Amino acid sequence: MNIFINFGKRFCRNRSAVVGLLLLVCVALMAIFAPLLFPEDPWDMVAAPFLWPGQDPKFLLGSDIMGRDLASGLFHGARISLLVGFTATLAAVLLGTVVGAIAGFYGGWIDSALMALTELFQTIPQFIFAIVVVAILAPTVTTVTFALAIVSWPAIARLVRAEFMTLRERDFVLAGISVGMSNFRIITTQILPNALGPIIVTGSLMIATTILTEAGLAFLGLGDPNVMSWGTIIGAGRDALRSAWYITAIPGLAIMFTVLGLNLVGEGLNDALNPRLKNR
Amino acid sequence: MQLPQIQSPMLRLVGQRLLKAIPLILAIVICNFVLLKLAPGDAAEVLAGEAAAGTAEYLAELRARFGLDQPVHMQLWHYIVKLATLDLGFSFRHNQTVLSLILDRLPATLLLMFSGMGLAVVVGAALGILASQRVNQLRDNIISVFAILSFSVPVFWLGLMLIVVFSVNLGWFPAGGMETMASGKRGVVRMLDILQHMVMPVTTLGLFYVALYTRVMRASMLEVFNQDFVTTARAKGLSESRITLRHVFRNALLPMVTLIGVQFGTLLGGSVLVETVFSWPGLGRLAFEAVFQRDINLLLGILLMCSVLVVLSNILVDVMYSQLDPRIRIR
Repeated sequence: MNIFINFGKRFCRNRSAVVGLLLLVCVALMAIFAPLLFPEDPWDMVAAPFLWPGQDPKFLLGSDIMGRDLASGLFHGARISLLVGFTATLAAVLLGTVVGAIAGFYGGWIDSALMALTELFQTIPQFIFAIVVVAILAPTVTTVTFALAIVSWPAIARLVRAEFMTLRERDFVLAGISVGMSNFRIITTQILPNALGPIIVTGSLMIATTILTEAGLAFLGLGDPNVMSWGTIIGAGRDALRSAWYITAIPGLAIMFTVLGLNLVGEGLNDALNPRLKNR
Repeated sequence: MQLPQIQSPMLRLVGQRLLKAIPLILAIVICNFVLLKLAPGDAAEVLAGEAAAGTAEYLAELRARFGLDQPVHMQLWHYIVKLATLDLGFSFRHNQTVLSLILDRLPATLLLMFSGMGLAVVVGAALGILASQRVNQLRDNIISVFAILSFSVPVFWLGLMLIVVFSVNLGWFPAGGMETMASGKRGVVRMLDILQHMVMPVTTLGLFYVALYTRVMRASMLEVFNQDFVTTARAKGLSESRITLRHVFRNALLPMVTLIGVQFGTLLGGSVLVETVFSWPGLGRLAFEAVFQRDINLLLGILLMCSVLVVLSNILVDVMYSQLDPRIRIR
């Protein structure tokens, strides 16, 4: 319990991390309350097109080219961004941890083979790879999440492997081996808990990258055509950039604040979990 | 008979790395083949669709001609042989071979990437040095805030907002393209024209990396500042600015060089978005068009070429690294 209190104290002493957390809470509330505040489909054309923010009190953020409520799109978009960002990162962390743990623990040819695979996925340019995967499989929330996970896991795999390689030689692991623990038990109960800190930090920063990538794909027209995503709104608003730049500006700010929140929290976690590095 | 010994250690390094890259490139090719097989509809169907002659006999004939009726491992073998002769296929949308399309568009992308990287290295190094001189003071904090904001901005959105401000409202820079169409400009005038078109795309693409290099440079400077030879330099009575530039900066540069190699692939990805926003006639824009026209063959050709570019750039950075830092001996 003490550990958590200490951790919380260290995290809260970092003012920028608290700001980041507040930003994330706001976005999460937007995502949670989207269906309550805006029960209609965000794709419905409910207003006159090109309403500027504040022009009509019924539509606070205005409407887009087709007369869709921008506020509704913004709230529903928060759901998709967070959903895809978290799910894809979770999948990438799981896959990367399994690959990295096996490679780092067993070493030898297993390590060589798995690292060759990791290098292959790191060599292929991530964003273009994601574009190709989504373009080939047809864009849906599932395929976008899959594509983001498949391009993100190698970083985690390398990190976990490095952690496992150093931890494997520690005394408590040798003790585990000498009392006859199975390899699986040593990996999951002895080494993995000690490697969790860096994994959590990298994972939280990875959500930020994933959300940016998802927005980029949606902007290029590779988002699920049935869900309202921030990138999709920007991609559609681009056609009216000269006359109605607010359509593009508003969802972009939403992406920026979400990603900023994640980056700040990620750095706060880093400082709190690796206190030695704090003064660097 | 004795094999000729390669004398130059640098050439030997390049040779070794190229040799090691062959299995990697082969794996990339196989990965591409798998993606090609996953795509709905094979080349024969696409061709028949283009020719609007989709009879079963015609399809079968086409499949036989392309070897699509053969077992998968034979198809893979033919695919590898084709690629070995640099035959990436034909794009019916553009009525050009995929290779010539890519080679046409590559220079524009490389220009954008190298300029963006150059901007990032120069500005990032400068900001990093400035921040490291005043750790945790106002100047350092302002630079930190700038860096984290730059990390969080979606690159395509930044480009669009730059267009709104500097092109639509102020009219300082053109909103898109690489040069003024059919202006007949030549020589220096044309270069200046291209330069003016480059400002916004290069800034957009480079900003993220400016932030990245600022941070890396700051951390790396602070680390070198703590080393013994800096204390020696101080003890000799050298001025602080001379120590910063001649002693610390040069040693702190190394981590940046490593990073340039690592970033090549993500820079290629970023240029897809930047080129789409600014209608820059490069590889990224070509990829975007290929997505829209469902030209999977062209898209895979671009992916393959970009992967090979990453492999080559990694080798180049390794060689540069060994030249810059004599402590890294060639094994």
